[in-house]
Amino acid sequence: MTVTPRWRKLLGHAVLVALSFMFALPFAWLVTTSLQPDAERSRLVPAFVPGPQSFGDAVERATGKHLVYQPTLQQYEKGLTRVPVLMFVRNTLLVCVLTVIGTIVSSALVAYGFSILRWRGRDTIFFIMLATMMLPGQVTMIPVFTIWRDLGAVDTFAPLIVPAYLGNAFFIFLFRQFFLTIPKELIEAARMDGAGEFHIWARIVMPLSLPAIATVGLFSFLGAWNDFLNPLIYLADQTKYTLSLGLAMFRTQYGSEYGQMMAVATLMVVPIIILFFFAQKTFIQGIKTSGLKG
Amino acid sequence: MKASHERRLGLLFISPFLIGFTLFTIYPVVASLYYSFCDYDVLSAPQFVGLENFREMLVDDRFAKGLWNTLVFTVFAVPVTMLTALVLAFLLNMKLRGQALYRTIFFLPSIVPIIASSVLWLWLLNSDYGLINACLRPIMVFLNSALGLHLEPPGWLTHPDYAKPALIMMAAWGVGGNMILYLAALGDVPQQLYEAAELDGAGAWARARHVTLPMISPVLFFTLVMGLIGSFQYFSQPLVMWPGGAPGDSALFYALYLFQNAFLYLRMGYASAQAWLLFIVIVATTILVFRSTRRFVYYAGEGV
Repeated sequence: MTVTPRWRKLLGHAVLVALSFMFALPFAWLVTTSLQPDAERSRLVPAFVPGPQSFGDAVERATGKHLVYQPTLQQYEKGLTRVPVLMFVRNTLLVCVLTVIGTIVSSALVAYGFSILRWRGRDTIFFIMLATMMLPGQVTMIPVFTIWRDLGAVDTFAPLIVPAYLGNAFFIFLFRQFFLTIPKELIEAARMDGAGEFHIWARIVMPLSLPAIATVGLFSFLGAWNDFLNPLIYLADQTKYTLSLGLAMFRTQYGSEYGQMMAVATLMVVPIIILFFFAQKTFIQGIKTSGLKG
Repeated sequence: MKASHERRLGLLFISPFLIGFTLFTIYPVVASLYYSFCDYDVLSAPQFVGLENFREMLVDDRFAKGLWNTLVFTVFAVPVTMLTALVLAFLLNMKLRGQALYRTIFFLPSIVPIIASSVLWLWLLNSDYGLINACLRPIMVFLNSALGLHLEPPGWLTHPDYAKPALIMMAAWGVGGNMILYLAALGDVPQQLYEAAELDGAGAWARARHVTLPMISPVLFFTLVMGLIGSFQYFSQPLVMWPGGAPGDSALFYALYLFQNAFLYLRMGYASAQAWLLFIVIVATTILVFRSTRRFVYYAGEGV
């Protein structure tokens, strides 16, 4: 094992700290803008650090500079009354929860058919499925739109939710890889006991696949939470908007109200960051697996 | 169990996929191929026009603009993001104290919803009040007085020359996913290889060049292909940042113009033709990258 020389360690730390600042500063800017009163942003050099008035005055006396501002929730109050953000949150959560349930159940069922069950033609169909993952969404976008229009489902949540119940190629792949690691003896033993395949799927394979379920659940949730294109195409009535569409609308209509816009953006970002801290391992593992398919 | 029974059972389990695949892949692929030879405004039935849509692409200035912008963006954004991710991964792989914290900070931007990050960068890039110019201003004041220059912080969002650099900067902020992949690949390089190389007298640079890079080349290759494909389809960020279009169409990208044709101008036939061209370009690029990098990508356990 080679020992890293001290000067290289120090240099490494210096570079890492500098880069960390560059990567973290936009977040600080996001939150700080959302907490500033309007008067603060009209200054040429707005203060960056939130703190009580007395502390700000002390700093100003000591340094002669205006560095501390008094945080307020005014931007959140105004932003949340200007557009119905809470309704957007509710719509987004509805779509997310139904998408996650549908994706897990359908993708895991299909993956069972592609891994545990053996039948002629299985691997050919599986290969075709993998090959179509290359197809850019733009090719199917327009005919899929006409399908939903003909079904009278434009401006409903159906186009955002129903496809999740028909399996997702990438998540099917992910489940399949996981199912292949389950010992065959377990499944054979259950079959000897006369258990049906659906029973084996539900009672043996799924309970053993919690890590895969967590990964698929997390990434399908993230996909639905972040989705912008589908809401943009299918949702027209403002009462059905999701958060991403609501935020985009906010930008179009009140694009100069940066404080309020940052308040709404913070509400969209914070849940994801909290989720990350709870599910860090699943996140990292999921990214690695997604890279493995290449 | 009989083979036919097993097969029926298998098909039953994969039936959700078969339904979805027929409805949302096979039918749309065939339909959009047909639309690409049609005039189609969604309201009336498609009218067959032969190669008219493809001919129009040759003379459409905005199409050419979108194509050019996409090429420029790809040529810069893909290497910049890969290099950024690689540098971050190398630094994290030094396994210094606090590595987990650094990793979290570098990773977080990549999971911020695109809409939220676009809106945030709109504010960061604001030429008068944005953070980026607030950082650049003192540097430029210093350079101006020291060297007698007349630099000014750019209008990132208002000047056609700066839209794409701004978007590339934004892309470099969100490379966390690739960084994780590179970091994992670096961790998988067998330690003995480094030791052997060191015994042979290889310095740090030689070890990186002849051990590390070949060993992580499959991941580099994978992220290159995915990066290219993603870059060809790039569209959400400019759409949110410039709802009315960037100055001089400087942020009009291929997929954005395609989307405008489909859902703004209701020229679904023209948009379908563009989608098919995009598909062909993606397949061709993937094959080309496969062929041209075969020499450089090393798969451990292959042949030998």
